[in-house]
Amino acid sequence: MLSLDIELRRGGFRRHVRIEDQARIVALVGPSGAGKTTVLNAIAGLVRPVSGRIEVDGRTLFDSARRIDLPAHRRRVGYVFQDARLFPHKDVRGNLLYGRHAARDQARSFELDSVVELLGIGALLARRTGNLSGGEAQRVAIGRALLSQPELLLFDEPLSALDEARREELIPYLQRVRDEVRLPMLYVSHRAEEVRRLASAIHRLD
Amino acid sequence: MFTPGELATIALSVRVASVAALASLPVAVAVGWLLARRRFPGKALLDALVHLPLVLPPVVVGYALLVGFGSQGPIGQFLARFGIEFAFRWTGAALACAIMGFPLMVRTIRLSIENVDRRLEQAAATLGASPWRRFFTVTLPLAWPGLVAGAVLGFAKALGEFGATITFVSAIPGETRTISSAIYGLMQVPGGEAAIWRLAAVAVAISLLALLASEWLVRRQRGPEDEP
Repeated sequence: MLSLDIELRRGGFRRHVRIEDQARIVALVGPSGAGKTTVLNAIAGLVRPVSGRIEVDGRTLFDSARRIDLPAHRRRVGYVFQDARLFPHKDVRGNLLYGRHAARDQARSFELDSVVELLGIGALLARRTGNLSGGEAQRVAIGRALLSQPELLLFDEPLSALDEARREELIPYLQRVRDEVRLPMLYVSHRAEEVRRLASAIHRLD
Repeated sequence: MFTPGELATIALSVRVASVAALASLPVAVAVGWLLARRRFPGKALLDALVHLPLVLPPVVVGYALLVGFGSQGPIGQFLARFGIEFAFRWTGAALACAIMGFPLMVRTIRLSIENVDRRLEQAAATLGASPWRRFFTVTLPLAWPGLVAGAVLGFAKALGEFGATITFVSAIPGETRTISSAIYGLMQVPGGEAAIWRLAAVAVAISLLALLASEWLVRRQRGPEDEP
């Protein structure tokens, strides 16, 4: 699924990261500050590695030797951030449908109704994003990423900003997404418990 | 209350200031965005050039405009072919006002764009939005109060412009005699006090309103995002 061999620049340091994994659900673990988020950002195209190669399911997203560097908006990578990052000037429905324009020429694997049902956010559609709880916001963020018809899903510690109760509430949704959505996923977390319940392959970064 | 001549002067001032602010708005947004979001060689120089009209003597700006955009100037002659003339016309007044107000517009707009959370723009990129689309669907909607505030500020500055305007296009009644140059002219002759007071009052009122509106808009942009 993922073939990644890159050199990252972090502050004054350089860091070499290599991940080769055929598993569909891969977890990336390690202590805070290890660079897990930077790896996700490199895959998403938000950060450019100094050199190297990133391939997902045979598609080359970045290859410094061959001068390939797909811009972020063309990588078809859905990204669920730790802080949800919902657009405050749109309601929940507007957020969910944001990626629709870009994906209009793609094969549609995810439709609004089924995604809403999968994540249980039907009652939230008309709400403004400022009034959502952390768990609700994350579910909307997941839905939004899915509706942009991605080919890979990235999760950057999606539960870390939530309290214990919200985390427990959200894990079944993540498991449902994993089981029903059939997309490759890269899940970053520093909690072993979470990772154990969600992923099949684990990479450690420290 | 006002003589026809005074009304014409006020109307001309408002027209010149409006055109100055509206026409320079797209340029100010582009420059503000560049300074807010991009790093490039010569950025400090661009920043300095943008601020130049703020610190140069207005008469110098007016003279530079005369040399460049006047009927004998290179740009003036080039544009004359398309029927665009600045010398001794209200368009010249608008150009002078636009340049003098530009630094204030860019400062306000740059600030409001910097206040837009870049992480939202990043999220938009991962959702497939191209840079242009990100600008129009995320940055602009979140920054627009600041943009309008910048335009209003540019309008207010343009309304009060004097030195560059009178140097470039002098003070021709009905064409380039704005409130400022009208007041100046009235001071040269005896008995003009009442008229001066009337015009000055209008200038203060409009400028005050513009400043208050600008402040309110900037606060409005910050407001909703601070709410829990």
